[in-house]
Amino acid sequence: MGMTMTQKILAHAASLDEVKAGQLIEAKLDLVLGNDITTPVAIDVMKQFKKQEVFDRDKIALVMDHFIPNKDIKSAEHCKIVRDFAAKYQITNYFDVGQMGIEHALLPEKGLVVAGDVVIGADSHTCTYGALGAFSTGVGSTDMAAGMATGKAWFKVPPAIRFNLVGKPSKWVSGKDVILHIIGMIGVDGALYQSMEFTGPGVAELSMDDRLTISNMAIEAGGKNGIFPVDEKTIAYMKEHSKKTWTAYEADPDAEYEAEYTIDLSKLQPTVSFPHLPENAKEIGTFGRIAIDQVVIGSCTNGRIEDLRTAAEILKGRQVKKGLRCIVIPATQNVYLQALKEGLIETFIESGAVVSTPTCGPCLGGYMGILAHGERCVSTTNRNFVGRMGAVDSEIYLASPAVAAASAITGTVSGPSELGL
Amino acid sequence: MQAHGTVFKYGDNVDTDVIIPARYLNSSDPAELATHCMEDIDRDFVKKVQPGDIIVANKNFGCGSSREHAPIAIKASGVSCVIAETFARIFYRNSINIGLPIIECPEAAREIESGDEVTVDFDSGRICDLTTGKEYQGQSFPEFMQKIISAGGLVNYINESE
Ligand code: SF4
Repeated sequence: MGMTMTQKILAHAASLDEVKAGQLIEAKLDLVLGNDITTPVAIDVMKQFKKQEVFDRDKIALVMDHFIPNKDIKSAEHCKIVRDFAAKYQITNYFDVGQMGIEHALLPEKGLVVAGDVVIGADSHTCTYGALGAFSTGVGSTDMAAGMATGKAWFKVPPAIRFNLVGKPSKWVSGKDVILHIIGMIGVDGALYQSMEFTGPGVAELSMDDRLTISNMAIEAGGKNGIFPVDEKTIAYMKEHSKKTWTAYEADPDAEYEAEYTIDLSKLQPTVSFPHLPENAKEIGTFGRIAIDQVVIGSCTNGRIEDLRTAAEILKGRQVKKGLRCIVIPATQNVYLQALKEGLIETFIESGAVVSTPTCGPCLGGYMGILAHGERCVSTTNRNFVGRMGAVDSEIYLASPAVAAASAITGTVSGPSELGL
Repeated sequence: MQAHGTVFKYGDNVDTDVIIPARYLNSSDPAELATHCMEDIDRDFVKKVQPGDIIVANKNFGCGSSREHAPIAIKASGVSCVIAETFARIFYRNSINIGLPIIECPEAAREIESGDEVTVDFDSGRICDLTTGKEYQGQSFPEFMQKIISAGGLVNYINESE
Protein backbone atom coordinates (compact mmCIF):
# COMPACT_ATOMS: atom_id res chain seq x y z
CA MET A 1 0.00 0.00 0.00
CA GLY A 2 1.20 3.49 -0.82
CA MET A 3 2.27 6.09 1.71
CA THR A 4 1.23 9.70 2.17
CA MET A 5 3.83 12.48 2.07
CA THR A 6 3.97 12.60 5.87
CA GLN A 7 4.30 8.83 6.14
CA LYS A 8 7.23 8.85 3.72
CA ILE A 9 9.11 11.47 5.72
CA LEU A 10 8.49 9.55 8.95
CA ALA A 11 9.53 6.23 7.41
CA HIS A 12 12.81 7.74 6.31
CA ALA A 13 13.46 9.33 9.71
CA ALA A 14 12.79 5.99 11.40
CA SER A 15 15.05 4.14 8.91
CA LEU A 16 12.13 2.00 7.76
CA ASP A 17 11.12 1.12 4.21
CA GLU A 18 7.47 1.45 4.99
CA VAL A 19 5.20 2.72 7.74
CA LYS A 20 1.45 2.47 8.16
CA ALA A 21 -1.10 4.69 9.84
CA GLY A 22 -1.28 3.83 13.53
CA GLN A 23 2.22 2.36 13.69
CA LEU A 24 4.47 3.58 16.49
CA ILE A 25 7.96 4.57 15.43
CA GLU A 26 11.06 6.23 16.77
CA ALA A 27 12.39 8.95 14.47
CA LYS A 28 15.55 10.99 14.26
CA LEU A 29 15.00 14.71 14.69
CA ASP A 30 16.45 17.47 12.56
CA LEU A 31 15.44 20.25 14.94
CA VAL A 32 14.05 20.65 18.47
CA LEU A 33 12.35 23.95 19.28
CA GLY A 34 11.36 25.67 22.49
CA ASN A 35 10.29 29.15 23.56
CA ASP A 36 10.51 31.29 26.68
CA ILE A 37 7.44 29.64 28.25
CA THR A 38 8.08 25.96 27.51
CA THR A 39 11.86 25.72 27.60
CA PRO A 40 12.27 26.39 31.36
CA VAL A 41 9.96 23.40 32.05
CA ALA A 42 11.95 21.19 29.68
CA ILE A 43 15.20 22.32 31.32
CA ASP A 44 13.76 21.11 34.65
CA VAL A 45 13.01 17.70 33.13
CA MET A 46 16.51 17.55 31.65
CA LYS A 47 17.97 17.89 35.13
CA GLN A 48 16.62 14.40 35.86
CA PHE A 49 18.74 12.89 33.10
CA LYS A 50 21.91 11.11 34.15
CA LYS A 51 23.81 12.46 31.21
CA GLN A 52 23.57 16.24 31.17
CA GLU A 53 24.24 16.79 27.50
CA VAL A 54 22.46 17.98 24.39
CA PHE A 55 22.51 15.76 21.30
CA ASP A 56 23.60 18.49 18.90
CA ARG A 57 23.95 22.13 19.82
CA ASP A 58 23.28 23.12 16.18
CA LYS A 59 19.93 21.33 16.06
CA ILE A 60 18.21 23.03 18.95
CA ALA A 61 16.42 26.34 18.49
CA LEU A 62 15.46 28.38 21.54
CA VAL A 63 13.41 31.46 20.72
CA MET A 64 12.46 34.07 23.27
CA ASP A 65 9.24 35.45 21.80
CA HIS A 66 6.19 35.26 24.05
CA PHE A 67 7.01 37.91 26.66
CA ILE A 68 10.01 39.54 25.05
CA PRO A 69 11.30 42.23 25.68
CA ASN A 70 10.38 41.00 29.14
CA LYS A 71 7.13 42.43 30.39
CA ASP A 72 7.62 41.66 34.09
CA ILE A 73 9.97 40.07 36.61
CA LYS A 74 8.54 36.54 36.21
CA SER A 75 9.05 36.53 32.44
CA ALA A 76 12.52 38.00 32.90
CA GLU A 77 13.42 35.15 35.26
CA HIS A 78 12.13 32.58 32.75
CA CYS A 79 14.21 34.04 29.95
CA LYS A 80 17.23 34.13 32.19
CA ILE A 81 16.91 30.37 32.83
CA VAL A 82 16.92 29.76 29.09
CA ARG A 83 19.68 32.29 28.43
CA ASP A 84 21.95 30.61 31.00
CA PHE A 85 21.14 27.17 29.58
CA ALA A 86 21.91 28.36 26.04
CA ALA A 87 25.22 29.80 27.16
CA LYS A 88 26.19 26.69 29.12
CA TYR A 89 25.49 24.32 26.22
CA GLN A 90 26.58 26.82 23.55
CA ILE A 91 23.28 26.49 21.70
CA THR A 92 23.91 27.91 18.23
CA ASN A 93 20.36 28.95 17.49
CA TYR A 94 19.46 30.88 20.58
CA PHE A 95 17.46 33.99 19.67
CA ASP A 96 17.07 36.77 22.19
CA VAL A 97 16.08 40.46 21.93
CA GLY A 98 17.68 41.95 18.83
CA GLN A 99 17.77 38.67 16.83
CA MET A 100 14.52 37.09 17.83
CA GLY A 101 11.25 36.91 15.97
CA ILE A 102 8.11 34.90 16.59
CA GLU A 103 9.46 31.34 16.46
CA HIS A 104 7.34 29.99 13.60
CA ALA A 105 8.09 32.99 11.40
CA LEU A 106 11.75 33.04 12.41
CA LEU A 107 12.80 29.42 11.81
CA PRO A 108 11.84 29.22 8.11
CA GLU A 109 13.30 32.69 7.52
CA LYS A 110 16.61 31.65 9.14
CA GLY A 111 16.67 28.56 6.93
CA LEU A 112 16.61 26.24 9.95
CA VAL A 113 13.85 24.06 8.49
CA VAL A 114 13.81 22.62 4.97
CA ALA A 115 11.80 20.04 3.05
CA GLY A 116 12.04 16.50 4.41
CA ASP A 117 13.02 17.59 7.94
CA VAL A 118 11.44 16.14 11.07
CA VAL A 119 10.90 18.83 13.68
CA ILE A 120 9.33 18.85 17.13
CA GLY A 121 8.60 21.96 19.13
CA ALA A 122 7.21 22.57 22.58
CA ASP A 123 4.64 24.87 21.06
CA SER A 124 1.44 23.78 19.37
CA HIS A 125 1.96 25.87 16.23
CA THR A 126 5.16 24.01 15.33
CA CYS A 127 3.02 22.53 12.54
CA THR A 128 3.76 25.73 10.53
CA TYR A 129 6.82 24.24 8.75
CA GLY A 130 4.67 21.78 6.82
CA ALA A 131 4.47 24.63 4.31
CA LEU A 132 8.08 23.81 3.38
CA GLY A 133 7.38 20.10 2.91
CA ALA A 134 8.74 19.20 6.35
CA PHE A 135 7.07 17.09 9.05
CA SER A 136 6.69 19.21 12.16
CA THR A 137 4.44 18.96 15.17
CA GLY A 138 3.86 20.32 18.66
CA VAL A 139 4.76 18.25 21.75
CA GLY A 140 4.98 18.50 25.55
CA SER A 141 7.93 19.54 27.70
CA THR A 142 9.12 15.99 28.47
CA ASP A 143 9.29 15.34 24.74
CA MET A 144 11.27 18.51 24.22
CA ALA A 145 13.71 17.56 26.99
CA ALA A 146 14.18 14.06 25.59
CA GLY A 147 14.54 15.48 22.09
CA MET A 148 17.27 17.87 23.23
CA ALA A 149 19.10 15.05 25.02
CA THR A 150 18.77 12.26 22.46
CA GLY A 151 17.85 13.80 19.10
CA LYS A 152 14.96 11.37 18.83
CA ALA A 153 11.23 11.28 19.40
CA TRP A 154 8.57 8.64 19.09
CA PHE A 155 5.53 9.16 16.88
CA LYS A 156 2.34 7.43 16.03
CA VAL A 157 2.14 7.47 12.24
CA PRO A 158 -0.92 9.54 11.33
CA PRO A 159 -3.55 8.79 8.70
CA ALA A 160 -4.26 11.72 6.39
CA ILE A 161 -7.00 13.91 4.99
CA ARG A 162 -6.37 15.25 1.51
CA PHE A 163 -7.35 18.77 0.51
CA ASN A 164 -7.32 19.13 -3.23
CA LEU A 165 -6.94 22.83 -4.01
CA VAL A 166 -8.05 24.06 -7.43
CA GLY A 167 -8.53 27.48 -8.99
CA LYS A 168 -6.94 30.83 -8.25
CA PRO A 169 -7.95 32.99 -5.30
CA SER A 170 -9.20 36.49 -6.03
CA LYS A 171 -7.22 39.58 -5.05
CA TRP A 172 -8.23 39.94 -1.39
CA VAL A 173 -8.42 36.23 -0.62
CA SER A 174 -5.33 34.88 1.13
CA GLY A 175 -4.04 31.73 2.84
CA LYS A 176 -5.84 32.84 6.01
CA ASP A 177 -9.21 32.76 4.24
CA VAL A 178 -8.41 29.29 2.87
CA ILE A 179 -7.63 27.82 6.29
CA LEU A 180 -10.51 29.56 8.08
CA HIS A 181 -12.82 28.19 5.39
CA ILE A 182 -11.43 24.67 5.88
CA ILE A 183 -11.72 24.80 9.69
CA GLY A 184 -15.26 26.10 9.29
CA MET A 185 -15.98 23.12 7.07
CA ILE A 186 -14.44 20.28 9.12
CA GLY A 187 -14.55 21.73 12.67
CA VAL A 188 -11.94 22.15 15.40
CA ASP A 189 -11.49 18.37 15.75
CA GLY A 190 -12.08 17.58 12.09
CA ALA A 191 -8.49 16.44 11.60
CA LEU A 192 -7.81 15.01 15.07
CA TYR A 193 -4.62 12.87 15.03
CA GLN A 194 -4.36 13.22 11.26
CA SER A 195 -2.11 14.95 8.82
CA MET A 196 -3.72 17.50 6.58
CA GLU A 197 -2.15 17.13 3.15
CA PHE A 198 -2.72 19.99 0.71
CA THR A 199 -2.35 19.14 -2.96
CA GLY A 200 -3.69 20.04 -6.39
CA PRO A 201 -3.12 22.73 -9.00
CA GLY A 202 -4.31 25.45 -6.63
CA VAL A 203 -1.15 25.06 -4.51
CA ALA A 204 0.88 26.83 -7.20
CA GLU A 205 -1.40 29.87 -6.82
CA LEU A 206 -0.46 30.23 -3.14
CA SER A 207 2.66 32.11 -2.05
CA MET A 208 4.99 30.65 0.57
CA ASP A 209 3.60 33.13 3.10
CA ASP A 210 0.06 31.89 2.31
CA ARG A 211 1.15 28.28 2.78
CA LEU A 212 2.87 29.06 6.09
CA THR A 213 -0.39 30.62 7.31
CA ILE A 214 -2.39 27.56 6.26
CA SER A 215 -0.02 25.02 7.86
CA ASN A 216 0.18 27.19 10.99
CA MET A 217 -3.50 26.66 11.68
CA ALA A 218 -3.63 22.88 11.06
CA ILE A 219 -3.63 22.45 14.86
CA GLU A 220 -6.81 24.53 15.00
CA ALA A 221 -8.53 21.66 13.19
CA GLY A 222 -6.96 19.18 15.63
CA GLY A 223 -4.39 18.13 13.03
CA LYS A 224 -1.02 16.64 13.85
CA ASN A 225 0.57 18.44 10.94
CA GLY A 226 -0.39 20.27 7.74
CA ILE A 227 1.87 19.67 4.78
CA PHE A 228 2.39 21.02 1.26
CA PRO A 229 4.18 19.42 -1.67
CA VAL A 230 7.56 20.84 -2.66
CA ASP A 231 7.33 22.92 -5.84
CA GLU A 232 9.28 25.70 -7.58
CA LYS A 233 8.20 28.26 -5.01
CA THR A 234 9.36 26.07 -2.13
CA ILE A 235 12.70 25.48 -3.79
CA ALA A 236 13.19 29.19 -4.51
CA TYR A 237 12.35 29.96 -0.87
CA MET A 238 14.80 27.39 0.47
CA LYS A 239 17.55 28.59 -1.87
CA GLU A 240 17.05 32.12 -0.65
CA HIS A 241 16.98 31.28 3.05
CA SER A 242 18.90 28.09 3.72
CA LYS A 243 22.15 26.29 3.13
CA LYS A 244 20.79 22.98 4.43
CA THR A 245 20.27 20.07 2.06
CA TRP A 246 16.65 19.20 1.55
CA THR A 247 14.66 16.25 0.25
CA ALA A 248 11.33 16.48 -1.51
CA TYR A 249 8.93 13.65 -0.68
CA GLU A 250 5.83 12.94 -2.72
CA ALA A 251 2.76 11.00 -1.72
CA ASP A 252 2.40 7.67 -3.57
CA PRO A 253 -0.41 7.64 -6.14
CA ASP A 254 -2.10 4.84 -4.18
CA ALA A 255 -1.70 6.48 -0.76
CA GLU A 256 -4.77 6.09 1.44
CA TYR A 257 -6.75 9.04 2.77
CA GLU A 258 -9.45 8.97 5.42
CA ALA A 259 -11.27 11.74 3.58
CA GLU A 260 -10.80 13.98 0.56
CA TYR A 261 -12.11 17.46 -0.07
CA THR A 262 -11.85 19.65 -3.14
CA ILE A 263 -11.69 23.38 -2.54
CA ASP A 264 -12.12 25.84 -5.37
CA LEU A 265 -9.99 28.80 -4.33
CA SER A 266 -11.66 31.07 -6.90
CA LYS A 267 -14.96 30.72 -5.05
CA LEU A 268 -13.64 31.71 -1.61
CA GLN A 269 -14.49 35.07 -0.05
CA PRO A 270 -12.68 36.95 2.70
CA THR A 271 -13.63 34.96 5.81
CA VAL A 272 -13.92 35.82 9.50
CA SER A 273 -14.05 33.35 12.42
CA PHE A 274 -16.43 34.58 15.07
CA PRO A 275 -15.93 34.14 18.82
CA HIS A 276 -15.11 31.80 20.46
CA LEU A 277 -13.91 29.02 18.15
CA PRO A 278 -11.95 29.11 14.89
CA GLU A 279 -14.66 26.90 13.34
CA ASN A 280 -17.25 29.71 13.51
CA ALA A 281 -16.26 30.90 10.05
CA LYS A 282 -18.46 33.35 8.12
CA GLU A 283 -17.88 35.11 4.81
CA ILE A 284 -17.75 38.88 4.66
CA GLY A 285 -21.15 40.15 3.58
CA THR A 286 -23.14 37.46 5.40
CA PHE A 287 -23.43 39.26 8.73
CA GLY A 288 -24.47 42.66 10.03
CA ARG A 289 -22.54 45.57 11.48
CA ILE A 290 -20.19 44.64 14.34
CA ALA A 291 -18.40 47.59 15.94
CA ILE A 292 -14.85 46.91 17.13
CA ASP A 293 -12.36 48.51 19.50
CA GLN A 294 -9.04 47.10 18.36
CA VAL A 295 -7.23 45.54 15.41
CA VAL A 296 -4.10 43.39 15.70
CA ILE A 297 -2.01 42.62 12.62
CA GLY A 298 0.82 40.20 13.39
CA SER A 299 1.59 36.78 15.02
CA CYS A 300 3.09 33.55 13.69
CA THR A 301 0.00 33.27 11.49
CA ASN A 302 0.09 36.64 9.72
CA GLY A 303 3.09 38.77 10.67
CA ARG A 304 5.16 38.14 7.55
CA ILE A 305 6.17 40.68 4.92
CA GLU A 306 3.34 39.89 2.50
CA ASP A 307 0.84 40.32 5.31
CA LEU A 308 2.24 43.77 6.10
CA ARG A 309 2.26 44.70 2.42
CA THR A 310 -1.40 43.80 2.10
CA ALA A 311 -2.31 45.75 5.23
CA ALA A 312 -0.30 48.77 4.07
CA GLU A 313 -1.89 48.70 0.63
CA ILE A 314 -5.27 49.15 2.28
CA LEU A 315 -4.18 51.62 4.96
CA LYS A 316 -2.20 53.86 2.56
CA GLY A 317 -3.83 57.28 2.28
CA ARG A 318 -6.55 56.28 4.76
CA GLN A 319 -7.01 56.76 8.48
CA VAL A 320 -7.62 54.32 11.29
CA LYS A 321 -11.09 55.03 12.66
CA LYS A 322 -11.01 57.50 15.53
CA GLY A 323 -11.21 55.72 18.89
CA LEU A 324 -9.93 52.41 17.51
CA ARG A 325 -6.47 51.02 18.35
CA CYS A 326 -4.62 49.41 15.45
CA ILE A 327 -1.51 47.48 16.49
CA VAL A 328 0.91 46.19 13.85
CA ILE A 329 3.58 43.66 14.92
CA PRO A 330 6.13 42.50 12.34
CA ALA A 331 6.89 38.86 13.17
CA THR A 332 10.69 39.11 12.91
CA GLN A 333 13.47 41.70 12.86
CA ASN A 334 13.96 41.00 9.14
CA VAL A 335 10.30 41.52 8.37
CA TYR A 336 10.46 44.74 10.38
CA LEU A 337 13.51 45.99 8.48
CA GLN A 338 12.06 45.05 5.10
CA ALA A 339 8.81 46.83 5.97
CA LEU A 340 10.84 49.86 6.94
CA LYS A 341 12.74 49.85 3.65
CA GLU A 342 9.54 49.52 1.65
CA GLY A 343 7.94 52.43 3.48
CA LEU A 344 5.25 50.25 5.04
CA ILE A 345 6.06 51.36 8.58
CA GLU A 346 5.62 54.96 7.49
CA THR A 347 2.25 54.08 6.01
CA PHE A 348 1.15 52.43 9.25
CA ILE A 349 2.19 55.34 11.42
CA GLU A 350 0.69 57.93 9.08
CA SER A 351 -2.59 56.06 9.11
CA GLY A 352 -2.71 56.15 12.91
CA ALA A 353 -1.58 52.60 13.66
CA VAL A 354 1.22 51.74 16.11
CA VAL A 355 4.11 49.44 15.26
CA SER A 356 5.75 47.17 17.85
CA THR A 357 8.96 45.21 18.05
CA PRO A 358 8.44 41.50 17.20
CA THR A 359 6.60 39.64 19.99
CA CYS A 360 3.70 37.22 20.52
CA GLY A 361 2.29 39.89 22.83
CA PRO A 362 -1.47 40.21 22.49
CA CYS A 363 -1.92 36.90 20.61
CA LEU A 364 -1.95 34.95 23.87
CA GLY A 365 -3.14 37.81 26.04
CA GLY A 366 0.42 38.43 27.20
CA TYR A 367 0.79 42.20 26.87
CA MET A 368 0.84 44.97 24.19
CA GLY A 369 -2.87 45.14 23.47
CA ILE A 370 -4.95 43.37 26.13
CA LEU A 371 -8.73 43.73 25.76
CA ALA A 372 -11.00 45.18 28.44
CA HIS A 373 -14.41 43.80 29.41
CA GLY A 374 -16.78 43.60 26.47
CA GLU A 375 -14.25 44.87 23.91
CA ARG A 376 -14.03 43.42 20.42
CA CYS A 377 -10.93 42.90 18.31
CA VAL A 378 -10.33 41.85 14.72
CA SER A 379 -7.08 39.92 14.83
CA THR A 380 -4.88 38.13 12.31
CA THR A 381 -3.86 35.62 15.01
CA ASN A 382 -5.03 31.99 15.19
CA ARG A 383 -7.12 31.46 18.33
CA ASN A 384 -10.28 33.23 19.43
CA PHE A 385 -10.92 31.18 22.59
CA VAL A 386 -12.67 32.77 25.56
CA GLY A 387 -10.34 35.27 27.21
CA ARG A 388 -7.43 34.58 24.88
CA MET A 389 -6.61 38.29 24.41
CA GLY A 390 -7.78 39.63 27.75
CA ALA A 391 -11.04 39.91 29.67
CA VAL A 392 -13.23 36.77 29.63
CA ASP A 393 -16.10 38.63 27.98
CA SER A 394 -13.97 40.27 25.29
CA GLU A 395 -14.31 38.97 21.72
CA ILE A 396 -11.83 38.08 19.01
CA TYR A 397 -12.70 37.91 15.31
CA LEU A 398 -10.02 36.03 13.37
CA ALA A 399 -9.33 37.33 9.89
CA SER A 400 -6.74 38.01 7.19
CA PRO A 401 -4.52 41.14 7.15
CA ALA A 402 -6.73 42.59 4.38
CA VAL A 403 -9.88 42.25 6.48
CA ALA A 404 -8.08 43.48 9.60
CA ALA A 405 -6.80 46.59 7.83
CA ALA A 406 -10.18 47.34 6.25
CA SER A 407 -11.85 46.88 9.64
CA ALA A 408 -9.38 49.29 11.23
CA ILE A 409 -10.59 51.99 8.82
CA THR A 410 -14.32 51.37 9.05
CA GLY A 411 -14.37 50.52 12.77
CA THR A 412 -16.53 47.48 12.06
CA VAL A 413 -15.75 43.94 10.90
CA SER A 414 -15.33 44.66 7.17
CA GLY A 415 -13.77 43.42 3.98
CA PRO A 416 -11.80 45.55 1.49
CA SER A 417 -14.94 45.65 -0.67
CA GLU A 418 -16.52 47.95 1.88
CA LEU A 419 -13.85 50.51 1.00
CA GLY A 420 -14.61 50.12 -2.69
CA LEU A 421 -11.45 48.04 -3.17
CA MET B 1 4.17 -7.15 30.98
CA GLN B 2 0.58 -7.64 32.00
CA ALA B 3 -2.13 -5.57 33.60
CA HIS B 4 -4.90 -7.19 35.62
CA GLY B 5 -7.67 -5.38 37.45
CA THR B 6 -11.23 -4.16 37.75
CA VAL B 7 -12.65 -1.71 35.23
CA PHE B 8 -13.81 1.87 35.78
CA LYS B 9 -15.79 2.86 32.70
CA TYR B 10 -16.30 6.39 31.31
CA GLY B 11 -17.79 7.93 28.16
CA ASP B 12 -16.59 10.28 25.38
CA ASN B 13 -14.30 13.32 25.69
CA VAL B 14 -13.06 12.84 29.24
CA ASP B 15 -10.91 15.99 29.42
CA THR B 16 -7.79 16.67 31.43
CA ASP B 17 -9.72 19.17 33.56
CA VAL B 18 -11.88 16.42 35.02
CA ILE B 19 -8.96 13.99 35.28
CA ILE B 20 -7.12 16.50 37.45
CA PRO B 21 -8.84 19.85 38.01
CA ALA B 22 -6.71 22.97 37.52
CA ARG B 23 -7.26 23.99 41.16
CA TYR B 24 -4.86 21.23 42.21
CA LEU B 25 -2.08 22.08 39.76
CA ASN B 26 -0.17 24.05 42.36
CA SER B 27 1.27 20.66 43.29
CA SER B 28 3.30 18.41 41.07
CA ASP B 29 3.61 15.64 43.67
CA PRO B 30 2.12 12.49 42.05
CA ALA B 31 0.78 11.09 45.35
CA GLU B 32 -1.04 14.30 46.11
CA LEU B 33 -2.41 14.62 42.56
CA ALA B 34 -3.69 11.04 42.84
CA THR B 35 -5.92 11.97 45.78
CA HIS B 36 -7.97 14.19 43.41
CA CYS B 37 -7.89 11.96 40.33
CA MET B 38 -11.20 11.90 38.38
CA GLU B 39 -12.80 13.84 41.22
CA ASP B 40 -15.04 16.00 39.01
CA ILE B 41 -16.44 13.09 37.01
CA ASP B 42 -16.46 10.29 39.62
CA ARG B 43 -16.27 11.21 43.31
CA ASP B 44 -15.91 7.56 44.33
CA PHE B 45 -13.00 6.75 42.05
CA VAL B 46 -10.31 7.64 44.56
CA LYS B 47 -12.02 5.66 47.33
CA LYS B 48 -12.58 2.54 45.25
CA VAL B 49 -9.54 2.26 42.99
CA GLN B 50 -7.14 -0.62 43.76
CA PRO B 51 -3.61 -1.04 42.48
CA GLY B 52 -3.78 -2.63 39.03
CA ASP B 53 -7.26 -1.39 38.13
CA ILE B 54 -8.06 -0.37 34.56
CA ILE B 55 -9.84 2.65 33.10
CA VAL B 56 -11.91 2.08 29.97
CA ALA B 57 -13.40 5.01 28.05
CA ASN B 58 -14.83 5.88 24.67
CA LYS B 59 -13.68 8.60 22.24
CA ASN B 60 -11.07 11.34 22.67
CA PHE B 61 -9.91 10.47 26.20
CA GLY B 62 -7.65 13.16 27.67
CA CYS B 63 -8.70 16.05 25.46
CA GLY B 64 -8.23 19.71 26.40
CA SER B 65 -5.26 21.25 28.15
CA SER B 66 -1.92 19.57 27.54
CA ARG B 67 -1.08 19.24 31.28
CA GLU B 68 1.21 16.31 31.99
CA HIS B 69 -0.34 16.18 35.46
CA ALA B 70 -3.33 14.24 34.08
CA PRO B 71 -1.60 10.96 33.19
CA ILE B 72 0.62 11.41 36.27
CA ALA B 73 -2.46 11.50 38.54
CA ILE B 74 -3.96 8.40 36.88
CA LYS B 75 -0.74 6.46 37.14
CA ALA B 76 -0.15 7.47 40.77
CA SER B 77 -3.68 6.39 41.68
CA GLY B 78 -2.62 2.83 40.89
CA VAL B 79 -4.26 2.41 37.50
CA SER B 80 -2.29 -0.08 35.40
CA CYS B 81 -3.71 0.68 31.98
CA VAL B 82 -6.20 2.90 30.12
CA ILE B 83 -8.15 1.45 27.22
CA ALA B 84 -10.10 3.82 24.93
CA GLU B 85 -11.55 4.09 21.44
CA THR B 86 -9.24 7.06 20.82
CA PHE B 87 -7.00 9.33 22.87
CA ALA B 88 -6.39 13.05 22.40
CA ARG B 89 -3.01 13.46 20.77
CA ILE B 90 -0.99 15.24 23.44
CA PHE B 91 -2.48 13.10 26.26
CA TYR B 92 -1.36 10.04 24.35
CA ARG B 93 2.21 11.32 24.10
CA ASN B 94 2.33 12.49 27.69
CA SER B 95 1.05 9.12 28.97
CA ILE B 96 3.72 7.12 27.24
CA ASN B 97 6.35 9.64 28.32
CA ILE B 98 5.48 9.32 31.98
CA GLY B 99 5.08 5.52 31.73
CA LEU B 100 1.31 5.05 31.83
CA PRO B 101 0.32 2.20 29.48
CA ILE B 102 -2.56 3.13 27.19
CA ILE B 103 -4.15 1.08 24.43
CA GLU B 104 -6.57 1.99 21.69
CA CYS B 105 -9.15 -0.69 20.95
CA PRO B 106 -12.57 0.60 19.83
CA GLU B 107 -14.30 -2.77 20.19
CA ALA B 108 -13.07 -3.41 23.72
CA ALA B 109 -13.75 0.20 24.69
CA ARG B 110 -17.36 -0.10 23.60
CA GLU B 111 -18.14 -3.53 25.06
CA ILE B 112 -16.27 -3.72 28.37
CA GLU B 113 -18.41 -2.59 31.34
CA SER B 114 -17.69 -1.07 34.71
CA GLY B 115 -16.76 -3.71 37.26
CA ASP B 116 -15.53 -6.28 34.70
CA GLU B 117 -12.28 -8.02 35.49
CA VAL B 118 -9.85 -7.51 32.65
CA THR B 119 -6.30 -8.47 31.72
CA VAL B 120 -4.11 -6.72 29.16
CA ASP B 121 -0.97 -8.21 27.70
CA PHE B 122 1.30 -5.43 26.49
CA ASP B 123 3.51 -7.65 24.34
CA SER B 124 0.69 -8.92 22.18
CA GLY B 125 -1.91 -6.19 22.71
CA ARG B 126 -4.47 -8.81 23.77
CA ILE B 127 -7.24 -7.68 26.04
CA CYS B 128 -9.30 -10.34 27.89
CA ASP B 129 -12.55 -9.58 29.67
CA LEU B 130 -12.56 -12.39 32.24
CA THR B 131 -16.11 -11.50 33.31
CA THR B 132 -17.66 -11.96 29.85
CA GLY B 133 -15.03 -14.29 28.46
CA LYS B 134 -14.51 -12.04 25.42
CA GLU B 135 -11.12 -11.32 23.87
CA TYR B 136 -10.03 -8.29 21.90
CA GLN B 137 -6.95 -7.39 19.88
CA GLY B 138 -5.61 -3.96 20.78
CA GLN B 139 -2.52 -2.45 19.30
CA SER B 140 0.64 -3.86 20.81
CA PHE B 141 3.52 -1.58 21.70
CA PRO B 142 6.73 -1.90 19.74
CA GLU B 143 9.73 -2.95 21.75
CA PHE B 144 11.14 0.48 22.43
CA MET B 145 7.82 1.79 23.72
CA GLN B 146 7.47 -1.20 26.01
CA LYS B 147 10.88 -0.32 27.31
CA ILE B 148 9.74 3.25 28.01
CA ILE B 149 6.73 1.97 29.91
CA SER B 150 8.58 -0.69 31.88
CA ALA B 151 11.31 1.82 32.75
CA GLY B 152 8.56 4.01 34.22
CA GLY B 153 8.72 6.76 31.64
CA LEU B 154 10.91 8.49 29.09
CA VAL B 155 13.34 10.05 31.57
CA ASN B 156 14.18 6.68 33.17
CA TYR B 157 14.30 4.99 29.79
CA ILE B 158 16.88 7.45 28.54
CA ASN B 159 18.88 7.12 31.74
CA GLU B 160 18.85 3.33 31.48
CA SER B 161 19.85 3.24 27.84
CA GLU B 162 22.94 5.37 28.46
S1 SF4 C 1 2.14 34.34 17.89
FE1 SF4 C 1 0.55 33.44 19.18
S2 SF4 C 1 0.15 31.43 18.37
FE2 SF4 C 1 2.09 32.15 17.51
S3 SF4 C 1 3.68 31.29 18.84
FE3 SF4 C 1 3.16 33.33 19.61
S4 SF4 C 1 1.55 33.01 21.14
FE4 SF4 C 1 1.71 31.15 19.93
